[in-house]
Amino acid sequence: MNDLRQQLHAAARRLPSPDPAAAVERLAAAAAAAGLVDVAVGWLQTPVGPVLGAVTGRGLVALRYLGTAEPSLLAELAHRVSPRVLWRPQALAEVAGELEGYFDGRRRAFTLTLDRRLVRGFQAAVLAATEAIPYGTVRTYQEVAAAAGRPRASRAAGNALGANPLPIVIPCHRVVRTGGGLGGYAGGLERKTRLLAVEGWGPRWPAPAPAQAPAST
Amino acid sequence: MRLPPFQELLDAHARELHRFLLGMVGPEAADDCFQETWLAALRAYPRLAPGANHRAWLYTIARRKAIDHHRARRSPALPPPPARDELALGDARLWGAVRALPSRQLAAIVHRFVSDLPYREVGLRMGCSEAAARQSVHLGLRRLRRELTP
Repeated sequence: MNDLRQQLHAAARRLPSPDPAAAVERLAAAAAAAGLVDVAVGWLQTPVGPVLGAVTGRGLVALRYLGTAEPSLLAELAHRVSPRVLWRPQALAEVAGELEGYFDGRRRAFTLTLDRRLVRGFQAAVLAATEAIPYGTVRTYQEVAAAAGRPRASRAAGNALGANPLPIVIPCHRVVRTGGGLGGYAGGLERKTRLLAVEGWGPRWPAPAPAQAPAST
Repeated sequence: MRLPPFQELLDAHARELHRFLLGMVGPEAADDCFQETWLAALRAYPRLAPGANHRAWLYTIARRKAIDHHRARRSPALPPPPARDELALGDARLWGAVRALPSRQLAAIVHRFVSDLPYREVGLRMGCSEAAARQSVHLGLRRLRRELTP
C-alpha cells in the first residue's frame, strides 16, 4: 500500500519543475491577441518614479504613482471597467513613449486617446478646464472651478483634481493656490514641483499671478 | 462581493496550476493545457459569480482541458517514448496508468502526490469535502495497484 504512495511521491519529485513565468507571459500575449484583455496594466519608468498605467480598448484609462495605489488600482479597474485585468506592459508602449518625450521637454502636448470611464460627475468639467491650461502655465483652484462652471466650488475642484485618474496627461499639477502656494497633489508636492520644473515653471515658484504665462511658452 | 482583477487569480494560482497540469498530462503537453485553461477561464471570468470558489472553478477547467488532451490523443496509456533507463521506464509506466484513471481520481491523485497537498486542500481544489477527496485518492490508488500489478 505505502509502496505505491512512495512510488508516486518519488516519481513526482522527478518531474521537471519549470518556472511558469514564460508560460504566463505567453498567455498574456495570447489573451491580448484573442481580444480578451479588457484592461492591460504595466509599470512605466519616469523621472518622478514608477507610474502604474492602464489602457483599455478605448485608450489610456489610468495612471497612478507608486505608493499612491491605495485602494488598489487593479481592483478599482476590475470593478469599474472589467475584471479582465492583466499585466501587459507591451500595451503601454505608446504611453511610455509620450511620457518620455514629455519628461525630456520635447513634448508639450499629449496625443494619447483617453478613456474617461474613471472620471465622474463634476470632475469631468474640472478636468476639461484643467486640460485647457497651456503647458508651462498655472491656474488657481478658483479659476479652474469657475471655468468648470462653479466659481465658488474651489474646494470641490481641488478634490476632483486630487482624484484625477490621469495625472501628468491631464495636467492637474498646473493648478495651484491663489496667493502663490503650490496647493496639493495626489502624488506629493515633490512630484508636482518636478512636473512644473519640466515645464519651465520651477524657477518662478512661488508662482506669480497665474494669468501671466512664463516667457518660455 | 466583487470579482477581483483576473491578474490576482493568475498571481495566486499560476505556479501550482502549472504543476498540477504537469502531473495531469506530462511535461510535453503541460504548457499547452496551461494556456488553454487560462484562456478559457479569462473568457468566462466576467460571468463568474463573485462569491464562487475561484480555485475549484479554475481546477475544474484545468481538469477538463487535461481530459480533452488525453481524449485527443485517444489513449493516454500509449507506449511511452523510449526511456533512457529503468527508472524513467518505470515512471512512464506509472504516469501512463495514472493518466488513464477516471478524471476525478486522476485529479485527486495529482493534487495529493504531485502538488503534495493534504486532503482538505485537495477538497478545496476539487470543490468537494475532505472525505470525498480522500475517497477519490483511495479509489485511484486501488485502481492503480490493480493496473500496475502484473
